[in-house]
Amino acid sequence: MPIVAALFVPLFYKRMKHIHTGWFVLAVPATLAIIYATYIAQVAKGEVFTAELPWIPSLDISVISYLDGLSLLFSLLITGIGSLVVLYSIFYLDKHKEKLHNFYVYLLLFMSAMLGVVQSDHLITLYFFWELTSISSFLLIGYWYTRDASRLGALKSMLITVGGGLMMLGGFVLLYLMGGTFSIRELITMAPNLAEHPLFTWSLLLLLLGAFTKSAQFPFYIWLPDAMEAPTPVSAYLHSATMVKAGIYLVARFTPIFAASELWVWLVTGVGILTLFWGSFFAVKQTDLKGILAFSTVSQLGLIMSLLGASAVAFHSNDSIDTIKYAAFAAIFHLINHATFKGSLFMIAGIVDHETGTRDIRKLGGLMSIMPISFTVAAIGSLSMAGLPPFNGFLSKEMFLTAMLALQNFEFFGFDTWGALFPIIAWIASIFTFIYSFYFVARTFMGNYKPEQLPHQPHEAPIGMLISPILLATCVIVIFFVPNFIGDTFVKPAVQAIQPFLYTTPQDVDIYVSAWHGHITPELLMTVGIIIVGVLLFVTLPKWQGLYRRFPQAFTLNNAYNKIMQGLDVGLNRLSQRFMTESMRHYLLYMFSGITIIVIGSLFLKDAFRIAWQETSPIRPYELILAVVLVIGTAIVILAKSRLTAIIGLGAVGYTVALFFVIFNAPDLALTQLVIETISVALFLMAFYHLPKLGKREERMKFQLNRAIISIAVGIMVTLVALSAHSQKLIPSISKYYEETVYSLAGGGNIVNVILVDYRGFDTLFEITVLGIAGMGILAMIKLRMNRKEKIHENK
Amino acid sequence: MKTNDVIIQFTAKIVFFIIFFFSIHIFLAGHYTPGGGFVGGLLTSSAIVLLIITFDINTVRHILPINYTYFTAGGLLLALATAAFPMFVGKPFFTHFFDYFDLPLLGKQSLHTAMLFDTGVYLVVVGVTMTIIQTIGEDE
Repeated sequence: MPIVAALFVPLFYKRMKHIHTGWFVLAVPATLAIIYATYIAQVAKGEVFTAELPWIPSLDISVISYLDGLSLLFSLLITGIGSLVVLYSIFYLDKHKEKLHNFYVYLLLFMSAMLGVVQSDHLITLYFFWELTSISSFLLIGYWYTRDASRLGALKSMLITVGGGLMMLGGFVLLYLMGGTFSIRELITMAPNLAEHPLFTWSLLLLLLGAFTKSAQFPFYIWLPDAMEAPTPVSAYLHSATMVKAGIYLVARFTPIFAASELWVWLVTGVGILTLFWGSFFAVKQTDLKGILAFSTVSQLGLIMSLLGASAVAFHSNDSIDTIKYAAFAAIFHLINHATFKGSLFMIAGIVDHETGTRDIRKLGGLMSIMPISFTVAAIGSLSMAGLPPFNGFLSKEMFLTAMLALQNFEFFGFDTWGALFPIIAWIASIFTFIYSFYFVARTFMGNYKPEQLPHQPHEAPIGMLISPILLATCVIVIFFVPNFIGDTFVKPAVQAIQPFLYTTPQDVDIYVSAWHGHITPELLMTVGIIIVGVLLFVTLPKWQGLYRRFPQAFTLNNAYNKIMQGLDVGLNRLSQRFMTESMRHYLLYMFSGITIIVIGSLFLKDAFRIAWQETSPIRPYELILAVVLVIGTAIVILAKSRLTAIIGLGAVGYTVALFFVIFNAPDLALTQLVIETISVALFLMAFYHLPKLGKREERMKFQLNRAIISIAVGIMVTLVALSAHSQKLIPSISKYYEETVYSLAGGGNIVNVILVDYRGFDTLFEITVLGIAGMGILAMIKLRMNRKEKIHENK
Repeated sequence: MKTNDVIIQFTAKIVFFIIFFFSIHIFLAGHYTPGGGFVGGLLTSSAIVLLIITFDINTVRHILPINYTYFTAGGLLLALATAAFPMFVGKPFFTHFFDYFDLPLLGKQSLHTAMLFDTGVYLVVVGVTMTIIQTIGEDE
């Protein structure tokens, strides 16, 4: 439906200039959100809805919409946050200065693509929508296309996500080869058989590449910080709430298929936890508001990813350790929470940018009293991100720590030895998360007010711009107080969809979220530790922030990306310059050697070479003489010092060939050959006569070994092919038919001519056309060249 | 320097007709003996070339005021028309018809639509050869 709406956006934009186009757009996600909301109750009971629309039935491709807990949750996120973002963008983007029709068309396109991704049950349509999100995101990042940074960011995200998308397509195709069906549901039902298949690991790796690139996991996260050049509503929508979660969705959706694999568990969990640490560590380094948020998004996505990986462990544990079941629940729960607080934080960053004119954290400060509402919302979002009560981030962080702690209790896949690393890394990463969350708020809103450094005189944002962040911040708090309502309605159906092997209905998910477990749990102690260490480190931040500067620029992944791109550019250029020498001789060398290698190679590989002597006719003496003359003529042509000699030698060769035609009883050919040879020798002489005086040296042809070798090879090749072709005639010649019917059917006596004009007149028709074209070509070349000369004279 | 080449000019006038009639003969006889439109055309143009060599291009153009590109176009058209004609009477493209007729002057002769096609070939060959030679000859 948004696609259809997207078609009408420019119409509204053109017709009704005075009303902001966004108002019309707003109706679309809002309506969709309400429609999806009506499914909540039924899906919470475990029902699923499907709809099918055949697309290419002959290839078994159709658009299958499949609505279960997981896709409903994502659909609601997409449409809900989509509505808020559209509302926000109405006040954020100026209706006169901006090309709003472009913006909303791209945005609606993206929204439809995203809905398509989460609801597709068909692998190919899933891929189709997946690439549509890449393309629309590319367009949105490059929205301000006059800026260099926008274009670079758009290009980078395009290259990385589309590269990953193609890998994913490979994974999908392998899945289809293994399972014989494109339907994800059917693949899940045959999951146990798939694990034995030799292609299983490959499809797993390819699919994960797609998910990791899209969800900005290590080391593919580098496009996300650069994508912050997009308008802030786009960053809020695409790069915090929806698109970057497409990879999460993919991992969650395919967990039932791949969870049986050890590789999957380790890759997803390991990459997730690494991304979590890496993102949070480098977020502290940033000075740009949206840069901090981008790295924080990367790190939070890593958190969700590692939880999904841990949830796959539940596939192997026989209910012995209950705590690991938290993983899937925590992942989905944190996904919701992250969408709420990160969306609001991005919007606040946009407001600060909009009102002060800068996003540089070094110029900002002391805005608390000037923008109190923004400050409150930012504080709520940040504290939730840091994982403090009474905000929803606290609950998900607790569950995250629980799941990570539980990992070390397993005795398979090497978890008993390496599992202890997970909670430690997670803990350190959480400390950094705490630091940058505080850093974000404190540097922006607290400290000294520096009006002289700000482009605009700051003041509080208009209320319309604040509605969306306030609503999201309210959700942040509400979710903390009623987590089980959210859990029952949204999370449990989704968890059931991720782990169908554990639960048959959402009600089976026996998890009760509470802020206080009644006793002191290890994860609570860890949170306390995070707060203490975090506060200590934050206070001393100016002292150790210099550490980041020591971190050499050369080792960053951005640098590696640039090096790779440059290297490819330079290398390919060099390669093409090496081969594209613009020298015809080189190209001829390539072609001849290529043809020779292919032909001789296939001749011997296929064992096609053979000589049969029995069908050869005896050699007559004058044939021998003529052959010798021919060879001498050819040798003269090659060895001649003067060009005139070469031309005459060529003529001699031509006339000898005519003589050959005579003795082999081809009078027509002989006649034609004689006349044609005469004319071409005359033309050669003319060309010779007109050679420019300058640089005309009478020289013997220079001997070059490689050319000699290739010419000899070509000669050998042709001889071999001719010999073996003659030696194995598979079918008899059809010339008998011509002999018999030339008089009765065609009314003629000269077979050659009758073939030319009657049996195969078609060829002749086009040969005379070729002649005509050649004549016209020569006429045009000579006449037009003269015209050009005249023109040059005129210009002078 | 003005040379007096009266012998070659005189000879050429006679030889031109010999070559020309020989070319016509080769062209017409093509269906039964070696020859045909292609060689016939080439010979005709070589006869004209003989004239060009003996006199000069402008004189020859004065004697034979022909635009050879029309020859090419006309020949192609004739060949195509001959080939396409059978389609209008419900036969496949390029069907030829032939039969024997009693002509007023020549007596019983066979007439063949392939002859028309060959005439097209003849015209194209003459046209193209002469176009090439004339264009290059006129070029400075």
